[in-house]
Amino acid sequence: MLQIDIQFPMLTASGKRTLEVCTEIGEHELLCLFGKSGAGKTTLLRILAGLITPEKGKIVYKDTVWFDSDKRKNLRPQDRNVGYVFQDYALFPHMRVEENIRFAQKTSDENAIDQLLAYFDLTNLRRQLPHQLSGGQKQRVALARALAAKPAILLLDEPLSALDNEMRLALQDEIKKAHHLLNAITLLVSHDVGEVCNLANSVINIRDGQTSKKYTPLEIFRDEMLVRKDRLQQEISFLSEVLVV
Amino acid sequence: MNPDFIATILLTGKLAGLTTVILFFLGFPLAYLLAFMRFRFKAFVEALINMPLVLPPTVLGFYLLVAYSPQHLPGSILEEWFGLRLAFTFEGILISSVLFSLPFMIQPLQNGLKAIPSSYKEAAYTLGKSRFETFLKVLVPNMKPSIITAIAMTFAHCIGEFGVIIMVGGNMPGETRVASIAIYDEVQALNYEVANQYSMVLFILSVGLLTLIYSINGSTKKGQ
Repeated sequence: MLQIDIQFPMLTASGKRTLEVCTEIGEHELLCLFGKSGAGKTTLLRILAGLITPEKGKIVYKDTVWFDSDKRKNLRPQDRNVGYVFQDYALFPHMRVEENIRFAQKTSDENAIDQLLAYFDLTNLRRQLPHQLSGGQKQRVALARALAAKPAILLLDEPLSALDNEMRLALQDEIKKAHHLLNAITLLVSHDVGEVCNLANSVINIRDGQTSKKYTPLEIFRDEMLVRKDRLQQEISFLSEVLVV
Repeated sequence: MNPDFIATILLTGKLAGLTTVILFFLGFPLAYLLAFMRFRFKAFVEALINMPLVLPPTVLGFYLLVAYSPQHLPGSILEEWFGLRLAFTFEGILISSVLFSLPFMIQPLQNGLKAIPSSYKEAAYTLGKSRFETFLKVLVPNMKPSIITAIAMTFAHCIGEFGVIIMVGGNMPGETRVASIAIYDEVQALNYEVANQYSMVLFILSVGLLTLIYSINGSTKKGQ
């Protein structure tokens, strides 16, 4: 169980906003952070990873306090045991695929590397350097590397945003696989309704730093469709007015 | 070949080599600090480090000479406590040369560190790697062209240094008489042939080192 209750002042496109998040994420949950870009989704992931320090609040994972502003406690990213898949994948360019994965391991285990490579269909690419890989292949290596460290929580920052549609669908399955293999909490940042519906157990909507209650993916889908319907209706009425004139 | 000539060239190489080695180990932590940390008076520290780029060498040389003098601090302490005299000695020109070449080492390293996407560093941290391990295994391998540039530029600049060395070292054969000073000296004595020998060595070395830098930087850009 991950308990989050934090505040962080940030600068968004619509001025200064405070990112406020108060929620609990259960073990084995695949939670999606949904919202427009600039709403604070990535900021929340970075706060959870320990790469940014929030102003106020508390983050507790199981019995370990990761952050507590009252007690001035703040665990370093190294001590939080999170797996982070960056938007640009952040594969180390000088290491081959297998070396990237090996680097992530806390204790060396060649069998585990072979298994991860096989699991993500990377066995034939193990000796390649990152710049020789396609976007989808890089993404799989990034997932395998994040899992190699056996993290308590997997954080995925728009892992599919750089890919074309076909590739997206294929890799959504890889993310599901990663979540099941790890059997822990996964947080996924996305602004794609289809992706959310396909992957998530639950969804939190972030708008200008404000977080909603937890929704089911279906509720988000319905809301989004309503919004699109409204927009379509407006456009139709505008068009008909233009025609009348 | 003239033994004086060989001694002078060797001394020049020794000064440039030692300066480069010292600056490499001194420069890396400083460059890391300047590239990634925020602290008070950072702008002032950066200004001090880069001052030799704009300051006439004679100015730095003059103040160093005053500092080395046994009549002033810290020269008086060095002489009294350690029996060390820096004015007109090899140790003296070595320290001057380290200070004067500081920006040539630090700037390429600092730029190289900054050019690495911060997500590499952050990825290593989230994988549990310490700052030092991240530095050695992730940052250093991804800034090789900057490291080679820093080393070659520092070495080349040291070989060509004249003003500071003549101020604090003078022209003592085997101790402080480096090639650039020997050229000046030989021209004063109208020995143009020897001056030409020295000049040719420095010219070829400088062009060679710069060609090395540009060919390495060019080939890594192509490889990416």
